[in-house]
Amino acid sequence: MSTVGSYIRERFFPHLWCPGCGHGTVLKGLVTAIDELGLRKNDIVMVSGIGCSSRIAGYLDFHTLHTLHGRALAFATGVKLSKPALKVIAPMGDGDALAIGGNHFIHAARRNIAMTAIVMNNRIYGMTGGQYSPLTGYGKSATTAPYSNIDHDFDVVKLSSAAGATFVARTTTYHAPQMVEILKQAFSHNGFAVVEILSQCPTYFGRKNKLGDAADMMEWFKNNTTPIGSKASRENPALIERGVFVREEKPEYCCEYDKIIQKAMKGRE
Amino acid sequence: MARKKLKEHVIVLEWCKGCGICARFCPKQVLALDDSEKVRVVRPEECICCGMCELRCPDLCISIESEQAGGAVLT
Amino acid sequence: MSEMVRFVQGNEACAEAALYAGLRFFAGYPITPSTEIAEAMARRLPQQGGKFIQMEDEIASICAIVGASLTGYKVMTATSGPGFSLMQEGLGYAVMAEIPCVIVNVQRGGPSTGLPTGPSQGDVYQARWGVHGDHEIIALTASNHQDVFEMTVHAFNMAETYRTPVILLFDEVIGHMRERLVLPGPGDIPVVERLKTSVKAGVDYHPYLPREDGRLPMSDFGGEHRYNVTGLFHDMWGFPSDNPNIVHGLLRHLVDKIRSNVDAITRYKEYHLDDAQTVLISYGCSARSALHMVENRRARGDRLGLLELQSLWPFPYRLVEEKCANARHIVVVEMNTGQMVRSVKRAVRNPEPVALANRIDGNFITPNDIKNILRLIQGKGV
Repeated sequence: MSTVGSYIRERFFPHLWCPGCGHGTVLKGLVTAIDELGLRKNDIVMVSGIGCSSRIAGYLDFHTLHTLHGRALAFATGVKLSKPALKVIAPMGDGDALAIGGNHFIHAARRNIAMTAIVMNNRIYGMTGGQYSPLTGYGKSATTAPYSNIDHDFDVVKLSSAAGATFVARTTTYHAPQMVEILKQAFSHNGFAVVEILSQCPTYFGRKNKLGDAADMMEWFKNNTTPIGSKASRENPALIERGVFVREEKPEYCCEYDKIIQKAMKGRE
Repeated sequence: MARKKLKEHVIVLEWCKGCGICARFCPKQVLALDDSEKVRVVRPEECICCGMCELRCPDLCISIESEQAGGAVLT
Repeated sequence: MSEMVRFVQGNEACAEAALYAGLRFFAGYPITPSTEIAEAMARRLPQQGGKFIQMEDEIASICAIVGASLTGYKVMTATSGPGFSLMQEGLGYAVMAEIPCVIVNVQRGGPSTGLPTGPSQGDVYQARWGVHGDHEIIALTASNHQDVFEMTVHAFNMAETYRTPVILLFDEVIGHMRERLVLPGPGDIPVVERLKTSVKAGVDYHPYLPREDGRLPMSDFGGEHRYNVTGLFHDMWGFPSDNPNIVHGLLRHLVDKIRSNVDAITRYKEYHLDDAQTVLISYGCSARSALHMVENRRARGDRLGLLELQSLWPFPYRLVEEKCANARHIVVVEMNTGQMVRSVKRAVRNPEPVALANRIDGNFITPNDIKNILRLIQGKGV
């Protein structure tokens, strides 16, 4: 096993994800990024919600907190604000983060509290058997949209940016080296970082929408995404852009609160 | 940068679920799925140590051990 | 007025008591009639280097305090009925994952939006069963500000001792009225500190393996030991399991750790019970009127007594049975349609003489209300 093997809880492998599930690739990218940054295991807290994506936490040898559906960022806020020195990473599913968790997502971004929200977007609720999520998209098929989905999706990057996130990026499981690079930047960012990773669910989203096998779905990521501002993007606006969309330095929430503490303590004298 | 030379593909076969991603995207067709739908190194001499199989495998079952042309072993 | 004596609302007494007990992190959301607790925490916590945050809703509040508790802090949130309803899932998580925290519910008229500024005691059974699944819970209450202070400290102590969430069930009367409070000095009330593991780094730490004495030492997130915390049924390392032995064992542990410690958890006060023919049982604001009634009638020679419960859950069945053994009439005084009275009926040998004296119109029950109901029970008319 390579050096990244030391970051995983090997005794639980092989993991529970389906053959070809993109989440395994995200796991690999995540530990590779942490290894390349040289982060200390005892400094890292992984806070996940509920769903296939959220199971990632249990496989990692860090402080791991597997919480409630949609609530990872609320728990994470408590962890981070109480001990700002900790590196907090919140891997979540698309439904987990943006449906039931939408409110917490918006406000964590608004606060610009330093943590990384990884939205593992496979456009479906996988663990419960393939129901549509806010990211499934118009016209797609799912078990709770058997006649075709009439819900439109929204743009995670635009939502994150509007809510105040100061680092916003998108990549895919096909673009694994870019994923590692983006995750490194996100983990190093002193503010709220959102990394959307398009991931394949061959078992439900893929099968229900006749998208082929896992490799076919990754091929789709390769052919239907493009770097931000590329010539291809200008010629074909339907392509999904990949890369870092937002990178800003703004006061971070825990640092701001430390100033409040100083103010409050001075006020007493 | 010195060219990397393959020492071996370290594969944890119990973890492989036969998804075929490694084989599909290997630029040199080094890997393939065998009859029991597990990964096999079929053309090791073609491997350029790009590391894509290691990075993309969802089951974390592949790692590349390589050497610099010159002898040092890298993982 | 000396520094140690204050004239404050019950909410403020609760806030000060939490600080006394070692509170360092509060996350909350405004809701009448509990908002003053959040406001006090916003002012006072940073003065002591602690942290306050107003979250986006009550669900976020309970989740945030659970997260903060895992880094080693004593934590609290405060709300009222509608917010308490929202918090049930997070509360259940703290029960399952055995995470110490304190949740204040300053009860108001309900259900639903109800009466934001009117008192009731309608959440008693919700405090017991609001969380889904089999579980036990500790819920405490108080009828005056000195006891609010003491019960708040007791809540933190129970949370740490049994690694469990504890509910402080106050009401709008206690929360908002102003009363004299004598601030205890350091050490006057014992404070239980978090039990930390003595297992060294590199040695396997089991977050969910009880010691011989039943207590579960904790290890802070960020510390030497890396482990998993989940709301799923889990083994002693905190990893999910559906193994029947593990599920059975964990559920039994969660329930028994509270049930078998009822005596250590129970708090109550008694007035004139030795020779009482009519025993009033009450709690919270209702107990103030009940006590007034009892003192008033005693002065006229009536053999009334009062058992004031300060711990509602786990319900002290044995205590109630004992104190009511010689009573001819047992009257439960509460501001709801009859909640605690159900538990009292189950506790006493003969439930026939158990009656309810209540008020449910959003106004504080008065001694006169209780007097009239007693007269009716005794067949004397009003």
